Amino acid sequence: MESVFGLVGKDFAIVVADSSAVHSILLHKTNEDKIMLLDSHKLMGASGETGDRAQFTEYIQKNVALYQFRNGIPLTTAAAANFTRGELATALRKNPYMVNIILAGYDKETGPSLYFIDYIASLHKLDKAAFGYGSYFALSMMDRHYQRDMTVEEAVNLVDKVIMEIRSRLVVAPPNFVIKIVDKDGAREYAWRESIKDAPVIAS
Amino acid sequence: MVGKNCFAIASDRRLGVQLQTIATDFQKIYKIHEKLFIGLSGLATDAQTLYQRLVFRHKLYELREERDMKPETFASLVSALLYEKRFGPYFCQPVIAGLGDEDKPFICTMDSIGAKELAKDFVVAGTASESLYGACESMFKPDMEPEELFETISQALLSSVDRDCLSGWGGHVYVVTPTEVTERILKGRMD
Repeated sequence: MESVFGLVGKDFAIVVADSSAVHSILLHKTNEDKIMLLDSHKLMGASGETGDRAQFTEYIQKNVALYQFRNGIPLTTAAAANFTRGELATALRKNPYMVNIILAGYDKETGPSLYFIDYIASLHKLDKAAFGYGSYFALSMMDRHYQRDMTVEEAVNLVDKVIMEIRSRLVVAPPNFVIKIVDKDGAREYAWRESIKDAPVIAS
Repeated sequence: MVGKNCFAIASDRRLGVQLQTIATDFQKIYKIHEKLFIGLSGLATDAQTLYQRLVFRHKLYELREERDMKPETFASLVSALLYEKRFGPYFCQPVIAGLGDEDKPFICTMDSIGAKELAKDFVVAGTASESLYGACESMFKPDMEPEELFETISQALLSSVDRDCLSGWGGHVYVVTPTEVTERILKGRMD
């Protein structure tokens, strides 16, 4: 089961996702990137049905880009979150997307923000959020250790505590995680936490 | 709850997914205009969608009629919107409260397919509705002033949600008189 979680720090937001691609009992790969860069200052971590996840996040990414092309200015994080919720809500009663989303972004005027959007399009702005079986551990660890205005080091420390908890306590624990960060300098990959490395493909 | 030329509307603050609490500051009471509030309990996504549709309809109404909607009219609008989805409903139970003509308080509630229930004293909705009926019935008095009304509705809310595991994490109370709106946050059992 996929775990995604995120939290807001002093001038940044962090989103962490596991990186295993699972099909029934088979683990296809352990370096699947589930956190998409929507634009220069937005991250969308998604968990759920694999096809829906890939398709839906790409759809949102392209629409965010389209808005910027049409209007000359980028969407705010709140606007992107509400757009995403709208798309999920419209599809809900016809052909629902089974994707849970944590959308994090940095806006110049309002600073960092994090939005929880679940697969039935419930939207809520939060300081910390988590999805999946890992959320039981992630939310508890974050409730205990999270403070407002944490530095990057403190936040990554907390993220590592959460990952350790998921690894040690979840029976189907994902081995690898990817951490991405968004702050005033943009959205980027911060680190990987790997306990299994995929064997490199040997060119024939 | 209805008071003397005023009304109060209150909700809890929990957003949860079955046993897991996601947020403790979730807003369930929305302002439509200065003298009209709607509280939406039930499925969060449907509450948000329904609220967006209602605000849209009210803004159009304001543009056409050049005035705010009366609470009675608004209640009929909500009822119609809900019944439109009779065979695929919004999973929400609204509580509508407003000051109508001559600032006479109006309250009503509905089920999720728009069956209006008007009352002169109090209306309730949500997972703790049975508890709320009991608490309100015993604590309510007619013609309460705003301060006393606030105390009464707060006590009724907190004591009812304490008996319901899916409700709680504080309270949000609006007391509306013809001249002002007071918004207060309650701290109850945070569990």
